[in-house]
Amino acid sequence: MNKKKREISIHKQKFSFKLMYKQRYLLVMSVPFVIWLIIFKYIPLWGWTMAFQDVKPKTFALSIWERTWVGLDHFKALLHDGEFFDALRNTLGISFIGIVLGFITSVGFALLLNEVRLKRFKKVTQTISYLPHFVSWVIIASIAKMVLGDSGVLNEVLGKIGVGPIKFMTTNGPAFWLVVCIINIWKETGWDAIIYLSAMTGIDQGLYEAAKVDGAGRFRRMWHITLPGIRPTIIVLVIMSIGGVLGAGMERQMLLGNGIVQDYADVVSWYAYRFGIGNNNYGFGTAVGVFQSAISLVLLFVANKVAGKFSDSKLV
Amino acid sequence: MKRTSRNKLNRYTSFDVFLVIFFVCITFITLYPFLNVLAISFNDSLDTIRGVNFIIPRKFTLDNYKYIFEEKDLFSPLGMSVARTVIGTAIGTICTAMLAYVLSRKDFYFNKLFTIMFIITMYVGGGLIPDYLLIGRTLKMTNEFSVYIIPGLIGVFFLILMRSFIEGLPEALQESARIDGATDFKIWYKIILPLCKPVLATVALFIAVTQWNSFMDTYIYARKLKTLQYVLYEILNDTGVKISNIHDANLNNTAATVTPQSIRMAITIIATVPIVIVYPFLQRYFVGGMTLGAVKD
Repeated sequence: MNKKKREISIHKQKFSFKLMYKQRYLLVMSVPFVIWLIIFKYIPLWGWTMAFQDVKPKTFALSIWERTWVGLDHFKALLHDGEFFDALRNTLGISFIGIVLGFITSVGFALLLNEVRLKRFKKVTQTISYLPHFVSWVIIASIAKMVLGDSGVLNEVLGKIGVGPIKFMTTNGPAFWLVVCIINIWKETGWDAIIYLSAMTGIDQGLYEAAKVDGAGRFRRMWHITLPGIRPTIIVLVIMSIGGVLGAGMERQMLLGNGIVQDYADVVSWYAYRFGIGNNNYGFGTAVGVFQSAISLVLLFVANKVAGKFSDSKLV
Repeated sequence: MKRTSRNKLNRYTSFDVFLVIFFVCITFITLYPFLNVLAISFNDSLDTIRGVNFIIPRKFTLDNYKYIFEEKDLFSPLGMSVARTVIGTAIGTICTAMLAYVLSRKDFYFNKLFTIMFIITMYVGGGLIPDYLLIGRTLKMTNEFSVYIIPGLIGVFFLILMRSFIEGLPEALQESARIDGATDFKIWYKIILPLCKPVLATVALFIAVTQWNSFMDTYIYARKLKTLQYVLYEILNDTGVKISNIHDANLNNTAATVTPQSIRMAITIIATVPIVIVYPFLQRYFVGGMTLGAVKD
């Protein structure tokens, strides 16, 4: 109560130069970073206006009011570009396969690891499982191209059991999405499982004891206690990942893709980069980014609404 | 009697055995690709072309690594990676700690405003092209070392992590120092920082890993300041001049028998080793930190 009182008194602080002088060290220690924040995080937001303007390197130097306004022309051009729809299709394909498989594997991983009773073994397994998360995509791509390559270890083993070499990295088709997703799962499952495992430690142990007394076996306890226990966590994470569907990894596509799979490796962010920076069509590139953010926001709200309909867990 | 029933409840079932076998397999799948690459990096280049290595190098050699440390085009990117990691981590950690302290001070007049300004940027951003135009065109940071440090100076996530840690420290310490007439800067420097060692170490390691791993900023802004990750990308995509360089080296110097593939594997290992050494220490704040990022506000 005492604390509450103090907080209220702090809120009522009035602006005065005396106070500013008293807090001058705090100001010196924070204002430079706020200036940094405004420059690097808020000024680019202003750049969104370029989505409605014709901005090329020549016109970039002009002030914002002197540039030609083109209204929604960039967006119209975007929706008439077949290449953009390829990129959109790939992004959605990869994201949805990734979300579905990713959630199944990470929840499954956490459920099973939670059942391991050898404490030390459990800890070591978990620690090793998230090593790939910390390794960069460049390294992962380098390893993947080696191991999954035509003359890599996996094809060598497959060859020994009579399965012909599979072109993992050079199959032009939706199969490439699956390969990307599986590599992503290899990289992230252990890491994604951490949050579920921590949610599991928060489940009331009494529930397990009671179920045990009632004669519920291990699987039934997993199914009826552990899984419902982490349901809110799962729902929040699913909603968040649906919001990020269109943002799907440009880095990962660039690194794992190659000329052969180009049609199925292109994603929206990479498309924006190529046209916006590669072709120097700044206005158009920004428009792609704005489009991407707008769709993401809509998806986030829809997912949130749907989740709200089916359960009590909502993000917002 | 009691004892036997307890044993019965805790005895290991076939499911436990299955779990252990299952997770041994998972661990193997996680580690094997690294071990395979490790083996290739220590194997004779020409021998690697002839057939697949599994775990143990058939013809052990250090030539691949020697080549990297002797070839300037490969060695200087390694230096660049180390430089940006060391400098970026030092500056980033100190700045984050300083700001985190100010934002932990509830009596600071702008506390709320500044905190909200930082948190908003976790959710909205200008996007790729506006960022590029600001950093590359307006501020002209292209191919400047500062592009590795300044644009990503403060991570809001780390800021919040550190602020919550500082808020958990006993208030009395600051009070007594203030009575003794210490300035806010001195309080931060002399009292808060030494107490923050664990969280400082964690944030520093996180920043270091991010710095070491980043590749997109080199790709977009600073292709002249090549890092190890970027060189690896070049070799990977066969776009760089690296490969022809390596071939030329082979022609001129018959003693060095290396192939781009083996060099790539050796670089992959060099780029991975620091991560393997460091990442287990990051565990401490993993869980708390992750839930913080997911649920906060």
